[in-house]
Amino acid sequence: MRFGVVVFPGSNCDEDAYHAARDVFGQDAEYLWHKDTDLKSADVLILPGGFAHGDYLRTGAMARFSPIMGPVRAFAERGGPVLGICNGFQILLEAGLLPGAMLRNRGLKYRCEHVHLRVEQTDTPFTRSARAGQVLRIPIGHGEGNYFAPAEMLKTIEANRQVVLRYTDPNGALNDEWNPNGSVNAIAAVCNERRNVVGMMPHPERACEPLLGGVDGRIIFESVLKAMTSGGSTGPALQLAGQ
Amino acid sequence: MRARVFVTLKPSVFDPQGRTIAEALHSLGYKNVEDVRQGKYFELDLATTEAATARALAAEVADKVLANPVIESYRIEVE
Repeated sequence: MRFGVVVFPGSNCDEDAYHAARDVFGQDAEYLWHKDTDLKSADVLILPGGFAHGDYLRTGAMARFSPIMGPVRAFAERGGPVLGICNGFQILLEAGLLPGAMLRNRGLKYRCEHVHLRVEQTDTPFTRSARAGQVLRIPIGHGEGNYFAPAEMLKTIEANRQVVLRYTDPNGALNDEWNPNGSVNAIAAVCNERRNVVGMMPHPERACEPLLGGVDGRIIFESVLKAMTSGGSTGPALQLAGQ
Repeated sequence: MRARVFVTLKPSVFDPQGRTIAEALHSLGYKNVEDVRQGKYFELDLATTEAATARALAAEVADKVLANPVIESYRIEVE
């Protein structure tokens, strides 16, 4: 299976995602430069963390206009699995591929620490190997991860079960003290209505090897491998959406 | 013509930077400053002499790029 890792000027977690895909999980991986329009037959796309285009204006606002985003959008519309991590999540929001927007963290501090995440939905290609209610310990590193959606949009997102992960305490209980950035409804990850596009603020690629302090991020990668290679228990395998 | 675009968070959206500035002003003794909302300001130099054209163009780029309609609104002045 081939991972395509999109690289914008200012991306800085691209090598981590590439390393996880290739060295930890033994898959093919290709970098996709933001000025290119060729997805190099990738089966799954990752928009990695960083500060694309310096995050000028708003996080992700400029990246949305990069030439690669046309093919990324078409790939997503064909049902191909797309994962936005941190800045990649912010880009998917600005591009309108996911609902909502990011605000500065409550407290205005850049937060770099491990958080606890409760898996809310397992019928996405990036969480299907997890159990509903499972608690994952994965690091974050961001200044603008305060997820926001207007009341009506939030209602729709919740009704459609589009909240994939929530910040919780280590036991999986909602507790505002364990919400690191003030996200509404403690939302850490959302998916689109079709469920093939997922954005998450935590960094699973930084939690795939014991040396890095934890391996809970592996389940995100294992899920998409399972989704692409077998039917699994939650539905048919996703259509391979490479070009 | 020149268009000035003021982008601010919508009233319903919490502005942590504005709140922090307001608290700093209170600690400096400016008790009459009741609230602060922080925003962004853009000056656009436009190749047109028509005010209506300038306003329409500024609105278009504000909608498309300068503001995120999920969280922000904007106001335009032309001269």
